[in-house]
Amino acid sequence: MIKLEGVTKTYGGFTAVDDVSFVAKAGRVTGFLGPNGAGKSTSMRIMVGLTPADHGTITIGGLRYADIPNPGRHVGVLLDASAQHAGRTGREVLALAALTMGLPESRVDDMLQLVGLSESESKRRVSNYSLGMRQRLGIASALIGDPSVLILDEPANGLDPAGIHWMRSLLRGYAERGGTVLLSSHLLHEVEMIADDMVLIGRGRIVAQGTKAELLQTQGTFVRAEHPQKLAAALAEAGIKATPSGDGGLRTDHEPLDVGRAAAAAAVVLTELRPAEGAGLEELFLELTADDARDDVTEGVQA
Amino acid sequence: MSATMTYGETLDVSQTAPIPMSRLVRVELRKMADTRAGMWLLIAIGAITALVLLIQIWVGAAQDLHLTFHSFLTSMSIPMGILLPVLGIMSVTSEWGQRTALVTFTLEPHRSRTIVAKLYCSVLLATGAVALALLLGVLGNLLFAAVDGGGPVWGVPVAEVLGFFLLQLLGLLTGFTFGMVLINTAAAIVLYFVYSFVLPGLFEWGAQTIGWFHDARPWFDFNFAQGPLVDASMSGKDWAHLAVAGVIWLVIPLTIGLRRVLGAEVK
Repeated sequence: MIKLEGVTKTYGGFTAVDDVSFVAKAGRVTGFLGPNGAGKSTSMRIMVGLTPADHGTITIGGLRYADIPNPGRHVGVLLDASAQHAGRTGREVLALAALTMGLPESRVDDMLQLVGLSESESKRRVSNYSLGMRQRLGIASALIGDPSVLILDEPANGLDPAGIHWMRSLLRGYAERGGTVLLSSHLLHEVEMIADDMVLIGRGRIVAQGTKAELLQTQGTFVRAEHPQKLAAALAEAGIKATPSGDGGLRTDHEPLDVGRAAAAAAVVLTELRPAEGAGLEELFLELTADDARDDVTEGVQA
Repeated sequence: MSATMTYGETLDVSQTAPIPMSRLVRVELRKMADTRAGMWLLIAIGAITALVLLIQIWVGAAQDLHLTFHSFLTSMSIPMGILLPVLGIMSVTSEWGQRTALVTFTLEPHRSRTIVAKLYCSVLLATGAVALALLLGVLGNLLFAAVDGGGPVWGVPVAEVLGFFLLQLLGLLTGFTFGMVLINTAAAIVLYFVYSFVLPGLFEWGAQTIGWFHDARPWFDFNFAQGPLVDASMSGKDWAHLAVAGVIWLVIPLTIGLRRVLGAEVK
């Protein structure tokens, strides 16, 4: 279990992480989702003591990271797959990790096999690795100590669809055996596929958190008509507030029944009428994070 | 991963021992030799030292010089004195240049332990360098005797060997310190060459033109203070010079560098 309470980090006047609190539970995959620069990586560096926080506490399984003896055996960390000496071979990178943690050399072969790096690939220098291979190597070094907690920053970055599928089943298996998995991503789709719980962060602040099911659930109705303007007018007539939502459709908090009646009363032909659940996390994600991002863009344009 | 593993919400660390220092030292030693740059530097130190030795034998035989074990040790300290500090620099700076500090300090969050392990590693390498120099010196002396026709002249006092060791160790530590202060390979190497080739000239000029500078020089000129180590002629006052200059060039900057590394954000 990873627990953050009121974690704050400022750089000069810029607050990178602002009063962040959340829990990543054992036995679950927690997705840490947010646009680039939202504070995900900084939060993760703070968790493992690489960046000192200004305020707040973080415990991993009840302990401060620095108080965990031989932490590689308990917490597997992948913060940046590129942070490897370009002149070392992939095998050597893992051998160093194994030596530090006091593991037998055979673990290196186990891990290479697990992440699908071949014998000849493992003897190449990291400078000749593709991003996907570095990512696999990074995942291998996070897993080599057989930890019960995983902290992975953008682990799917650079993996091909097959690689993402592989990682998903790997992490799922980890959580099913009771492990804690926290992974970050700026792509909603990735997190939606892998995570049980989600924490959404934007501009250093947590904007939403909960189980995927909770966050997926949105109320209201999605409706589309032959003539969108007529529909909008009909809904306004009936006192139903609606907002445009993708491809000429409208979204409203009212029930489908009310919307259908309003449309029928105004003789508007509907092409689609359904509860709005299917729109999914995408809109939530955009809504929660794009506010900030869009502000930036308009400010930037005006300036 | 065992199929039966189950984890609770708290970590059970009762069965986990902290990483012993000996293991951290082994890791650091391995890291010095497992990259192309590190490997070639080690090879270069050995090869260049051997080359200097061969040239010395050749010149000595051609010009009918009187070379002894002592002469060989003295000349080998020159290439070692240049290259060992570079090794010291790289042991620190490569972690930052290649960003491996991210992994190193994650696996051992007590950063001072890693730095101490690197220091031990430096001492071991200096010891290895001295052992290599002694071995090469013995071979060189025998070879010279064979070429020259006379019997080999040994007779190097233990104090001189220890002085040689101390010299190499101080050189390595100076490089280490510069690396800790600057955290940048190129900058630290430049600083080291300024320190060992430009500064002595400036200090020499100052000592010849300014009276008080001449008197004060042994106290702050670390190179100068190490001079008597070469021929093991250290007097009590020389040791005091070395200690004071050592505080200025090693202890103070190392403390500053250490504070910085311990508190720094690792990205």
